[in-house]
Amino acid sequence: MNERLDVKKTLKLYINGAFVRSESGRSYETLDANNAFYANAALSSRKDLRDAVKAARDAQPAWQNLTAYNRGQILYRLAELCETRRHQLEDELISIEGFSPSSAKSTISLAIDRLIWFAGWTDKISSIFGGHNQVAAPYFNFSVLEPTGVIGIVVHPENSTLALISQVAPALATGNTSIVIAPYKNPVSAITFAEIAATSDVPAGVLNILTGDYHEIGSWLSEHLDVDGLDLTGVLESELAATLAQVASVNVKRVLTTKTSDFQLPHNPYRLTYWTETKTVWHPIGS
Amino acid sequence: MITGFDVAEVTRNDSSLRDFLKSLPGVDKVGLENRAATLSTRSIKTTSKRDFIDLAIKMIDLTTLEGMDTTEKIHTLCAKALHPDPLDTSVPSVAAVCVYPDLVTQAKTYLKKTPIYVASVATAFPSGRSSLAIKLADTALAVESGADEIDIVIDRGAFLSGRYFEVFEEIVAIKAACGKAHLKVILETGELQTYDNIKRASWIAMLAGADFIKTSTGKVNPAATLPVVLEMLYAVRDWHRFTGKVIGMKPAGGIRTSKDALKLLVLVNETLGTSWLDPDRFRIGASTLLNDLLMQRHKLIHGNYSSSRYVTID
Amino acid sequence: MERHDYAEALESTSIVSIEKSYGLYIDGEFIEPNSKTYFETINPANEQTLAQIAEANSHDVDIAVQAAKRAFGTWSTLPGSERAKYIFRIARILQERAREFAVLETLDNGKPIRETRDFDIPVSVAHFFYHAGWADKLQYAGLGSNPQPLGVVGQIIPWNFPMMMLAWKIAPALACGNTVVLKPAETTPLTALLFADVLDQAGLPPGVVNIVTGAGSTGAALVEHPDIAKIAFTGSTNVGKNIMKTIAGSSKRLTLELGGKGANIIFEDAAIEEAIEGIINGIYFNQGHVCCAGSRLLVQESILPEVVTRLQQRMSTLRIGNPLDKNTDVGAINSKAQLSRIQELVKSGVSEGSEMWSCESELPKQGYWFAPTFFTNVTDAHRIVREEIFGPVLAIQTFRTPQEAVEKANNTPYGLSAGVWTEKASKIHYMASHLKAGVVWANTFNKFDPASPFGGYRESGFGREGGRIGLGAYLKEVTS
Repeated sequence: MNERLDVKKTLKLYINGAFVRSESGRSYETLDANNAFYANAALSSRKDLRDAVKAARDAQPAWQNLTAYNRGQILYRLAELCETRRHQLEDELISIEGFSPSSAKSTISLAIDRLIWFAGWTDKISSIFGGHNQVAAPYFNFSVLEPTGVIGIVVHPENSTLALISQVAPALATGNTSIVIAPYKNPVSAITFAEIAATSDVPAGVLNILTGDYHEIGSWLSEHLDVDGLDLTGVLESELAATLAQVASVNVKRVLTTKTSDFQLPHNPYRLTYWTETKTVWHPIGS
Repeated sequence: MITGFDVAEVTRNDSSLRDFLKSLPGVDKVGLENRAATLSTRSIKTTSKRDFIDLAIKMIDLTTLEGMDTTEKIHTLCAKALHPDPLDTSVPSVAAVCVYPDLVTQAKTYLKKTPIYVASVATAFPSGRSSLAIKLADTALAVESGADEIDIVIDRGAFLSGRYFEVFEEIVAIKAACGKAHLKVILETGELQTYDNIKRASWIAMLAGADFIKTSTGKVNPAATLPVVLEMLYAVRDWHRFTGKVIGMKPAGGIRTSKDALKLLVLVNETLGTSWLDPDRFRIGASTLLNDLLMQRHKLIHGNYSSSRYVTID
Repeated sequence: MERHDYAEALESTSIVSIEKSYGLYIDGEFIEPNSKTYFETINPANEQTLAQIAEANSHDVDIAVQAAKRAFGTWSTLPGSERAKYIFRIARILQERAREFAVLETLDNGKPIRETRDFDIPVSVAHFFYHAGWADKLQYAGLGSNPQPLGVVGQIIPWNFPMMMLAWKIAPALACGNTVVLKPAETTPLTALLFADVLDQAGLPPGVVNIVTGAGSTGAALVEHPDIAKIAFTGSTNVGKNIMKTIAGSSKRLTLELGGKGANIIFEDAAIEEAIEGIINGIYFNQGHVCCAGSRLLVQESILPEVVTRLQQRMSTLRIGNPLDKNTDVGAINSKAQLSRIQELVKSGVSEGSEMWSCESELPKQGYWFAPTFFTNVTDAHRIVREEIFGPVLAIQTFRTPQEAVEKANNTPYGLSAGVWTEKASKIHYMASHLKAGVVWANTFNKFDPASPFGGYRESGFGREGGRIGLGAYLKEVTS
């Protein structure tokens, strides 16, 4: 009996809700856990990055203007779809990152539960981190949290789906849009997540995923005047991370660098507040 | 709160007009939009749907306002206006056609001996950016060509810089130039942007002698949204209440489906009642709407869904 | 003003299948009541019987509480993320079956299908979604670093928003790790009983939620049960006071959401069209069966004639009739008893000398109906101004200054809601800071959201439902 030949997938970038090839035409080899060839992934260029930033910027106002309830429902639906595609996500962790089946399972479970955790935050964050302020004068004074805007995210290379969700979900939950540079070693899981997002209710442009090398395009992201925040958790080299953080000062980006990844439990609510701006409003009280 | 006013008093000069406009009650955006949204949940079925579809057809100002309009385009438009469905003579004619001033003569020829009116835009439509002299000449061209109705645009630049009396006086001058033709005043609500502005502009137009107040040119989005139409109907209602005079209302722009049209008629019905459900008091400025109404009408009569291949192109 | 009367646009009832009779939902299944007694639930729009409902006696209540107690052991120790996912399932399934619940609610309660479809059911769904999102993050609610549930909670809900009240009660209770015994109102049990099916579909462990139907004595048995850690009650002030008396001296926690006589205050600088809409919505929405209804209209004296004229004009466009007709605005009064109460109070209004105006409408022959009505020429001494009518009846008074409006608005033993209509923001803040009401609506009315705490001052009850604040009612108070 002949063994059936399987149909391989071309890995494309996810920009503005569509799957596109890199404008540079470049690619790089993705190897599996046994160092065998797995696929050619697109090697994003600065122009791909530029397009992704534009898409994220254009999509941001409408994403922010959805009710928090609606945003929460969209993220929850994203979790629903991740759950139904979990086997694929687990398989990719096993074949590319060398996870054991049981740790792949527990990692994906944690990732999905974390997405649900963040989905439930959308309409609660202001009641915890904002609120009425009791000023000593006859004014009604209250603080609300608004999204920072467009966030550039370099995903940590270990536990890639868990890292991706841990870094992306809080930015999206608070009304930001994002450009994500996927882990170089495992671009496949990131693109699977992109496929899940593309078939969910996440609007085009809210999430953009580029496969490639942050050593090359990280500085373009960090210098970009239309990017408001930068998550450098995935930049492993502390010198490079420091340089990128310095460059980001060109437009006073909100920069997050962590020495270790905070991806195991407990979930971290401060990843929400990194990407918010607090607005405080005053109004006189008096007839 | 308005409790009565004297038109002459209120429009005596710039400051009296300004005071009056400032005394108008504000409009709450969220409340207005909620009310419009609730009214748009009305379910119009069977006999009501049949009646409203025919009524909507009778209220249409069938419009073509394109740079590439030609005599033949006007010819087909007028034919469609008179017999929207050549295979079904029970379909009523529309109320009017609406064209540019230099094509009025042709329209009048094609619609000779029919009850369909010819409306013409004027006053440097759609932008309104020109001198009063040119706007008057533009109006005169339409009137002399035989237009029954003139749809003018207000000066939004003057309005938004607060020169309300100038806006008012311009409309008065154009009204005089209309002679016997009816005047419809287009506010271009999409450029006025706030409901409070739209309210003030409505009142300026009514005080200046408009026969109809109209939402839009159809060239700017957003145009005739339901909340905008609702608040203009409120204005027309107040006008009738305090002066006893009837002013009509016309939404235009973005009205494409039967559903859109039915929602408009619901607004009229519940704000002004059956006396305003009449082409003399309510018109719909549209072009593609007519075909959708025909297709819905087909479904009601025959029971199956129609197709755009079964209605004529303009 | 003559209007076009819309052709009938009935919602189909084929989506709902109602059983002939229902048992009690305890420990994940329907069982026969020990009392062997059943009562009817009817459709108040046509007085037809819908189903026979079990009457739970104190033995039945005990079985339910024991089931909830057993389930509590596991439920309360589940990680919050697991509880969250159960509650998300409930939210989703309710959303999937939204039309079915809307139709059933209209049949059992008498309220218009437009309201159940566009308001009651979506808000119920939202409450489950919102509280699902708290279950796994209670330590951030400002109520302690490791908040603990109370145990088995007894919940008694009213007939005016049956499904929505169920959601307001069950969602936070479950999110905080409690288990539940809930008693729906005797005239509106059906959506609660259908909800049992949602719980089954969600795979909720048996005993976590139990539904015991019955009337006053069933409620009393629940209140008195020694293994209940907390009672949550929404209903009349009189019954609320009785519950307080019963619980006094025990360690049971209690929240009450009782009656109201909300003042809706309209200033001369209000956005008049929207204010009229708000007044109408405040008292005629849900046939006036709303604890937070704006049942007293306080009009700035200078605009009284204008407001009355506009109210009359607007009220004459209200469509009263078959609740299943999608174009109905005002549905049936929920029961004969409630209709009698409304009629009695209205009679007192007339006999005490106030002037009554009702919109003309042809009311259906069968069923319980009352046309939207208002009274002018009223004073504080009139019963219709002091007592909650819980029907589509508005009492109109005047005021001269904001200070006087505040005084009149606060001159009531109640304190649930108030409305303020003015375009001047500082005046809104002034009024809001002086009105003794748990909810103040400025330039709007009857707005509800699971994120927004709801509850009253004084005899309108205590405790809040919704928001971060509402969680506290379902958690132990700890200082570390």
